[in-house]
Amino acid sequence: MATATNRMLGHLGDSVDRLEDPPLVTGKGRFVGDINFPDQLHMRIVRSAYAHGKIKSVDTSAAEAVPGVVAVWTTTDIDDVPPIDFREGSDPTLALFRQYPLARELVRYVGDPVAAVFAEDPYTAEDAAELVVLDIEPLPPLINADDTPQDFKGKATTEAAIVEQGYGDIDETFANAYKVVEVDVKVSRHTGVPMECRGAIGRYDEARDVLEMYGAAKVPHRNRDTLCRMLNRPASGVHLFEGHTGGGFGIRGELYPEDVLVCVAALRLGRPVKWIEDRQEHLMAANHSRQQRHIIRAAVAEDGEVVGLDDELYLDQGGYIRTHGTRVANMTTGTLPGPYRFPVYRSICHFRLTNKTPAATYRSPGRCESTFVRERLMDAVAEAMKMDPIAVRRRNLISLEEMPYGRALDVLGDSVEHDPGDYAGLLDQGLAQIGWDDLQKELAERRANGEMVGAGISMFFEKSGLGPSDAAKIFVDNEGFIEVVTGGASIGQGFETAMAQIAAEDLGTDYRRIRVVHGQTNRIDYGVGAHASRATVLTGTAVSLTAQAVRAKALDMAAELLQTNADSLTITDGVVHSKDNPGGPSLTLGEIAEALIPTSKLRGDREPYLKGEKWFHIDHQTYPYGHHIAVVTVDPDTGGVEIEKYFIAYDIGRSINPKMIEGQLVGGLAQGVGGALFEEFTYSEAGDPQAVTFADYLMPTLQETPDPEILLTEDFPSIRTPLGIKGAGEAGITGAAGAIASAIDNAIGIPGAVTETPVTPQRLKKILSEHGK
Amino acid sequence: MKPAAFEYHAPTTVDEAVTLLAEHAPNDGRILAGGQSLVPTMAFRLARPTHLIDINNVADLDKLVIEDGALCIGATVRHAQFHTPACDGVLGHLLTDVVSNIAHYPIRQRGTFCGSVAHSDPASEWCMVSATLDATMVAQSASGERLIPAAEFFETVMTTTLNEDELLREVRIPLLSDDTLYGFQEFNRRAGDFAISMTLVTYRLEGGKITDPHIGVGGAEDRPRRIAEAEAALAGQVPGDDAFRAAADAAAAAIDPMEDHATNAQYRRDLTATLVRRALENAAS
Repeated sequence: MATATNRMLGHLGDSVDRLEDPPLVTGKGRFVGDINFPDQLHMRIVRSAYAHGKIKSVDTSAAEAVPGVVAVWTTTDIDDVPPIDFREGSDPTLALFRQYPLARELVRYVGDPVAAVFAEDPYTAEDAAELVVLDIEPLPPLINADDTPQDFKGKATTEAAIVEQGYGDIDETFANAYKVVEVDVKVSRHTGVPMECRGAIGRYDEARDVLEMYGAAKVPHRNRDTLCRMLNRPASGVHLFEGHTGGGFGIRGELYPEDVLVCVAALRLGRPVKWIEDRQEHLMAANHSRQQRHIIRAAVAEDGEVVGLDDELYLDQGGYIRTHGTRVANMTTGTLPGPYRFPVYRSICHFRLTNKTPAATYRSPGRCESTFVRERLMDAVAEAMKMDPIAVRRRNLISLEEMPYGRALDVLGDSVEHDPGDYAGLLDQGLAQIGWDDLQKELAERRANGEMVGAGISMFFEKSGLGPSDAAKIFVDNEGFIEVVTGGASIGQGFETAMAQIAAEDLGTDYRRIRVVHGQTNRIDYGVGAHASRATVLTGTAVSLTAQAVRAKALDMAAELLQTNADSLTITDGVVHSKDNPGGPSLTLGEIAEALIPTSKLRGDREPYLKGEKWFHIDHQTYPYGHHIAVVTVDPDTGGVEIEKYFIAYDIGRSINPKMIEGQLVGGLAQGVGGALFEEFTYSEAGDPQAVTFADYLMPTLQETPDPEILLTEDFPSIRTPLGIKGAGEAGITGAAGAIASAIDNAIGIPGAVTETPVTPQRLKKILSEHGK
Repeated sequence: MKPAAFEYHAPTTVDEAVTLLAEHAPNDGRILAGGQSLVPTMAFRLARPTHLIDINNVADLDKLVIEDGALCIGATVRHAQFHTPACDGVLGHLLTDVVSNIAHYPIRQRGTFCGSVAHSDPASEWCMVSATLDATMVAQSASGERLIPAAEFFETVMTTTLNEDELLREVRIPLLSDDTLYGFQEFNRRAGDFAISMTLVTYRLEGGKITDPHIGVGGAEDRPRRIAEAEAALAGQVPGDDAFRAAADAAAAAIDPMEDHATNAQYRRDLTATLVRRALENAAS
């Protein structure tokens, strides 16, 4: 991997220590649970115990009588508050399916908020919540998205939308195919589970008429805008504040019922209102994700080329449509073809409500699911054509010569335009590094000796850098300290460090002199937060452009003061000096900043202050790519799977901090292993969730997580960004289930055995016994 | 996830503790030792004791000594005290081999041996060890002491024959002779999880044949117990694959496996056969 040379600590490409770590590793972090305001109330939510039912009455009188209880609300107390709207703006076709902060008429999943108790302390709130009596008439629950839809409301059914994408003539292609290969594949319901549960504090400052919310994450500005729309308040009168955040993964930081409730309660009760979610609530109230069933078929030519792909899928959306609308359906159908050419394609997504926790995005939404499905299909094609799985993939990869490769597919409002990349070339590098041919021989020998051991591969392309725009502000103070203000967000991914390194590169300073602001809507008017692997690509590029502007201004001012021209100057460790004569006359950035204050006689007609603000507009998302390879052993007696070796190859375009990228890949892989082998929200036929504690919802621990070998290349910088940056947040998870499933098939010698995740010991044992193994 | 209100007591003597227990047990008074099961259950409000009698300050409950041919484990002895052998000989090593399977390191620092036994989770390693090795439970109440053999102690899931006013003051495990062979196996989805099934086997050899076999199974049924059918299949046999498989199959056939949403009875039964066979192989190797 390329490393920077002749540069100062903390510039692009250096694996420097993270700026955000000292408080986090010394117990000085400030998470939402650590924030308190005088006179605050505590909120406890009363949730439905029924998956589906009609609310006949809610009796709050006993709860209200508990000393210390200030109010108990049901939906009638806030009947002027609209349902929670979509993050990217209103959508009349989906509006009917939105969730009110407190359920009206019907409850639609176990955990659906029905009442809210506000009390002087959290114990009293929880005591009183137990006394709220919900009279709910149970209705038949709908548990499976592939069952017949039910009536929803009016003429609408639980099939809220059909999302279809594709190109080319499917019928003709399949009619003329040499062979048609079909698989029926399921991805289980699981989700991102941050170490920190959610939390929110609403606070209304009547003196300034400002509503504040603490505990924001991921998309504070977007949530501010939605709150303003829902509560009819000006953006200048609503501020959201992000503190330390114990993980995001797509689910944390969306606008949920509880967030709206603390804000409305703060406004109406006149006291700050704090809500901290417990883990049991979290596992039934925060967004679930992933659950899809695909029935997918490939039209294959005689040489193994997949000339057509036809997919029909059922997406289990749960009880309501939350802030994401149909984004997961869009991304699934938009990215399913992955790194392959597939000249004809169609995917039809049945986007259906069920009586389970609402679903939305989770790290690598759409790609994680579709990669598993597609790679299962590619293995099936290889088996049907009696070809090597690698050879089938090679036959279908988009080549470097065809790049940039456009498709008539939409992903989040952007047409898919693959960045130049050498998919086959990276595959060659990966297979060479892991010694694929020797590995195959070794595994064959071990299998011949009775071991169940095998290897599998999963190829993918990622998408990152969702646009269209972002900006940043930089201010250099008179002491030469630098503040970078962004509308980004830090959910633990190292955002501050990445932004500081990017700014340090152009400002010629040590990255530790840079303070990065994020997630504070009162510091910057706009911002898109941290999602879709966009922060480093979009916000980072905006920071770079802004830093270049500030650098130019600093050199211009310095050139006048040093009586030379700006082109002859450079900045090293915060000092502007001549390129040719580093020991000659010089000025610090602080001295230059002082020369630019409004009252300075030296400033001339320059705008006051050493500062800048620049926008970056991207014309398409960036598309990094890679592959995963897993080697697993299977214990035929227990059905247990052990990952013996794991390998990730990924082209990042340009590394800001390789260590942090590795961290993203390793962390993503841990979650990928969870989805492949462990994590699953199961429900009883009555719709009762069966995994509401960590005893039943199994997250992999360090012991179950492999330590992967990583090949991080910078062979193809993105053509969409001046620095060539592509995103890193999701590649660790995208390929995991596909590679592990493929390796299990190989180990047990049953092609196509794995059709469902997670591959639990019990499921695998059943497969083995069905095949007499 | 805040517990319901309760009154907290911190006695310093056994007499004081059992007097408090006698007084409060009828109103759901409970003993608090390591709290690793009780406190989370209280946080979920699945347990709502009105009185907690904390025995951590009680003198003389931390004993871990050999008396009359048995290792005596007092009520506040922590799991972690078995990380190194608690006594010389085979038993000390056996307990050390088992303890690393109990939950996770921090939990082992606080959770207690007797607390696990009194809590009687079917998947508790110490419950299975107690059942397999014929431990004796020492129950103490205000009216005196009662000795309960392990075979009569575990009733069903989280239910024992301990009376509500009795403190499990001590567990006594008979020492094992130096020629005792043992094997332990458990299977769970993740390291530290409750076992889906587990087994502890011990036996000795006399004239090349197996004698005094103990085969205990935990996690698979509603309580841990010795499986007489499996022991009978093993007794008098020459150690080897045939004998081990016969015993393993007998164990699997004899048990009445629990079912839950994640695991069916057939899987638990098959798994138990595998684990018993492997434990016997371990013991022999």
